[in-house]
Amino acid sequence: MGNFSQFVWLVPLFPLIGFLINGLFWKSMPKTLGGIIGCLAILASFCVSLGIFFEVRSAVAPIQPIVFFEFLHSGNLNIPFAFQVDSLSTLFLLIITGVGFLIHVYSTSYMGHDEGMVKYFAYLNLFVFSMLLLVLGANYLIMFIGWEGVGLCSYLLIGFWFKNRDFTNAAKKAFVMNRIGDLGFLVGMLLVFVNYGTLSYNEFFGQLHNPQLVMPQSTMSWIALCFFIGATGKSAQIPLYTWLPDAMAGPTPVSALIHAATMVTAGIYMIARSSALYNLIPMILHVVAIVGLATAILAATIAIRQYDIKKVLAYSTVSQLGFMFLALGVGAYTTAVFHVMTHAFFKALLFLGSGSVIHAMGGEQDIRKMGGLGKKMRVTQITFLIGCLAISGIPGFSGFFSKDAILSAAYCHDPILYALGIMAAMMTAYYMFRLYVLTFTGNFRGTEDQQHHLHESPAAMTLPLIILAILSVIGGYVGLPEVLSEHNAIDTFLSTAVTNSGLHHLEAGTEWMLMGISTVVVVIMIIVAWSINSKPKFAESTGLAKVLENKWYIDELYNAIVVKPLQALSEVLDKFAERKGIDGLVNGVGKSVKWGGDKMRLLQSGQVGFYIFVMVLGIVVLFALSFFVIK
Amino acid sequence: MILVLLIIIPLLTGILSFAIKGEGARILALLSSGITLGAAAMVSGAGFAGNSTFSMPWIPSIGTTFSLLADGMSSMLCLLTGIVVLVVFLVNSNKEVERPGAFYGFMLLSQAGLMGVFLASDALLFYVFWELALIPVYFLCSQWGGEKRIAVTFKFFVYTFVGSLMLLAGLIFLSLQSPGIPSFAWADIIRAGRALPEVTQQWLFWLIFIAFAIKMPIFPFHSWQPDTYEQSPTPVTIILSALMVKMGMYAVLRWLLPVVPAGVAYWSDTVIIMSVIGIVYASCIAMVQTDIKRLIAYSSIAHMGLMCAVAFTKSSIGMHGIMVQMFNHGINITGMWVVVSMIENRWGTRDMTKLGGMAISAPKMAIAFVLVSLASIALPLTNGFIGEFMLFNGLFTGHMALMVIAGTGIILGAVYTLNMIQKTTYGNAVKMVIAKDLSINELAGLIIIICLVLFLGVYPKPLLDLTSGIAGMIVK
Repeated sequence: MGNFSQFVWLVPLFPLIGFLINGLFWKSMPKTLGGIIGCLAILASFCVSLGIFFEVRSAVAPIQPIVFFEFLHSGNLNIPFAFQVDSLSTLFLLIITGVGFLIHVYSTSYMGHDEGMVKYFAYLNLFVFSMLLLVLGANYLIMFIGWEGVGLCSYLLIGFWFKNRDFTNAAKKAFVMNRIGDLGFLVGMLLVFVNYGTLSYNEFFGQLHNPQLVMPQSTMSWIALCFFIGATGKSAQIPLYTWLPDAMAGPTPVSALIHAATMVTAGIYMIARSSALYNLIPMILHVVAIVGLATAILAATIAIRQYDIKKVLAYSTVSQLGFMFLALGVGAYTTAVFHVMTHAFFKALLFLGSGSVIHAMGGEQDIRKMGGLGKKMRVTQITFLIGCLAISGIPGFSGFFSKDAILSAAYCHDPILYALGIMAAMMTAYYMFRLYVLTFTGNFRGTEDQQHHLHESPAAMTLPLIILAILSVIGGYVGLPEVLSEHNAIDTFLSTAVTNSGLHHLEAGTEWMLMGISTVVVVIMIIVAWSINSKPKFAESTGLAKVLENKWYIDELYNAIVVKPLQALSEVLDKFAERKGIDGLVNGVGKSVKWGGDKMRLLQSGQVGFYIFVMVLGIVVLFALSFFVIK
Repeated sequence: MILVLLIIIPLLTGILSFAIKGEGARILALLSSGITLGAAAMVSGAGFAGNSTFSMPWIPSIGTTFSLLADGMSSMLCLLTGIVVLVVFLVNSNKEVERPGAFYGFMLLSQAGLMGVFLASDALLFYVFWELALIPVYFLCSQWGGEKRIAVTFKFFVYTFVGSLMLLAGLIFLSLQSPGIPSFAWADIIRAGRALPEVTQQWLFWLIFIAFAIKMPIFPFHSWQPDTYEQSPTPVTIILSALMVKMGMYAVLRWLLPVVPAGVAYWSDTVIIMSVIGIVYASCIAMVQTDIKRLIAYSSIAHMGLMCAVAFTKSSIGMHGIMVQMFNHGINITGMWVVVSMIENRWGTRDMTKLGGMAISAPKMAIAFVLVSLASIALPLTNGFIGEFMLFNGLFTGHMALMVIAGTGIILGAVYTLNMIQKTTYGNAVKMVIAKDLSINELAGLIIIICLVLFLGVYPKPLLDLTSGIAGMIVK
């Protein structure tokens, strides 16, 4: 194989160039050209990534980190700008550039009528650039650069239609919640540096097993916990998940790229990357598993009662990310990454499909006003159905294999985790088919205008849907369970970079049984969803349904316990501590001086200007005297 | 000799400027600042290799000489001064100002004082330049300022004058400690200070520190600052916040930490805690401001609080971070003010509740504003990041809990900065009084700033190399 890894710098460079061209000339650039530049940049990256992938797959020895220049050097802190090319980063490269490219192509049509299209592609390329930095960095600082970079791009793209106040609020919320996580990441990094004197992955993981440098369990736990806090921000887990559903304010392809397929998987990447650390502290892994599972269930319950097509998908993303954290938490890092991949396919497909629907409906997102769209949009309907089957985990589709792998790993760990996981999977099947049935079957419930306007999307949009649908079917065959195949391609490939822990071999019978159970319950839930929702009635909801519709009132809770008190505190500090307290004191001193001055009016004029003048005069005279006379 | 030029050029052109009427003063100022920047660049270039010095006798009878020294830190700050003053003159070169001769004269005099402060290696000389830098600001603020300028200048004057007097007393006290004849030379002052008994150092610490704390400013000595920033004409605000603030920080590193080490050791925890409180306090208050100038003023207090806290930690990475951040904070806040003055100029208000839609009506300006705002919240690959990372690293080494508290500043910082962007830049367009995006000279000024923001964000090595030697020295 060629020596592609030496050209790894090209991978982020192409999107960066795309960003610079579109960003600098956004005003004069024709829309079509801007779109073409944006797409080509990602396609070029994808091609290089593919070359790197084949090289890594056939490489015998691990490829050393590639150092470009000295980024930060101060005392014993020496951080190079370096990239790490191994199986984990390479797989992410393929997902980011591959799925990213399809979404770029889709966007050329979806955003075709938007006056800000060139700017949009500039942001999109900048996002891909940041995400590539994130996964390519050979140390935590470079990862952090990408980490905050994707946060910024997400901010810019959520608030892309910046005239709308709600959208820019959502953008701000996303950035701030991410920043809370970032603080965790930052503290984790500092802990690593202070204790191990390095931020590079290879050196840090090496030090972990250095017998001369055994750190107390608590130190390692804090590091792992801080990193996990960072991950909960970026990957939208409890308690920092609430930004993701609001992030749906951005253009739909953005939701597909950033808030489903790539950026939100950064947290998974980070923990998988740090598997050597997490394997040493099972306690934090338990925390990861529990938080993941809780998020999976919580988000799924909310998704059941949402009416906005994108909100349903958003909560489903949060829930699926929870599944991935469950996998991480039971030590099945490769499985989590496997699910990242299949999820990227089917979630991008579902989001782009919803974009196609929204496009046809003239911007309408409420599924209560849809229905029967399948008749007019055959391609969208069929591909969307494939996406639903994949995410629900119907055998043969990609989601089945990755979800099954996660559930079996959970079973190895603790059957209770498995049972709860199955519950979340059942809810997933339910809300996905509720969404499908309400959107594509039955009678149309919107206005006549909308009905008249309904149409299938152009090829630039349907082609990516078809490709993603194919991937959503076949994507799972790289990770076949043990009972079906002796060779699990993805586990083998990733094993050079990631070490699973705590998994033991399952009996073939048990494994068949687990698969059987999940398939049966999922099929039942699909039938239930179909029968309940094929004749929908949208009454005012009450009781639990209302709570779910209002997302368990979590946003309201955060407002009441964090946002409002902070605001009130700030007001108090500003009005009292600052103006009455400190300022009052100083002004008091000033006034008493002035009062004294008034009393001595006969001697002084009482004007500040005069005082200053006298003082300056005095200094100048002294200065001159001393210089020329005293010498 | 070139060191003297850094002071002489602005001093002479400043005096000359008072005699010039109209147009000429503006051109003279621009020319002068350009040449000064060139000289500063040469000094910095030499700074990589080693220190440059200059010395001539001044008043031997009281033990003071006219001696200057440019090490990495001094030359870096002179360079910053050169850049900032040039940018200020550049972006203002198409604006009318009353009595331009006097206005530019005072500005240049202040620049001369600043250069002197950063270069002086004699305590009395340092003090003289300290005052030379400040006094023109009183005049600028009281004559060209906003409505409440007299009251505000009075407050500013009271604050800084009290500080200055205490500083002078402290320096004279130290000069008298020299065996034999008194001496103000930096090395002698340090020797004298270190020899003092611990208790003396403890009170002497405050005598010197208060002046610097007011200048930075550090909570609770800051209340002059938001008012002064608000009321001063923007060019003066830039000089104050980008440069004079660094004067306080620089003075701590040069004239406090090495001089009274026992005093510093005794009070360092107090100062660190004060600074960290200041970070959170100022960030909270920044969140509820509606005037952009006040918002940036409080954000600056938060930024300086972090630097000041780290100055007292004895961490060499942290110290290095302060050097880097002094420069970068100066660049970023200049960028912020430049855009804010344009906003005020075009929309006639700084009240965020009345602004909006800059992205539509003046997109270039909006891009510049967003970029410098992001740099000020230390987004990676902008210049703000490296320094902040090193600062947190420095604080973390000895004070983990305080670092986490200080770290909330990065979250609150994101809140108020993004709020500001949202209210000014996004939303529907509000009509401009002067319907114009950036003019050529404004564009040039902002491009200088933005190039520095991005270049030093991606490749901070030159800045790190210039200041690495001195950072280690101060800690020892």
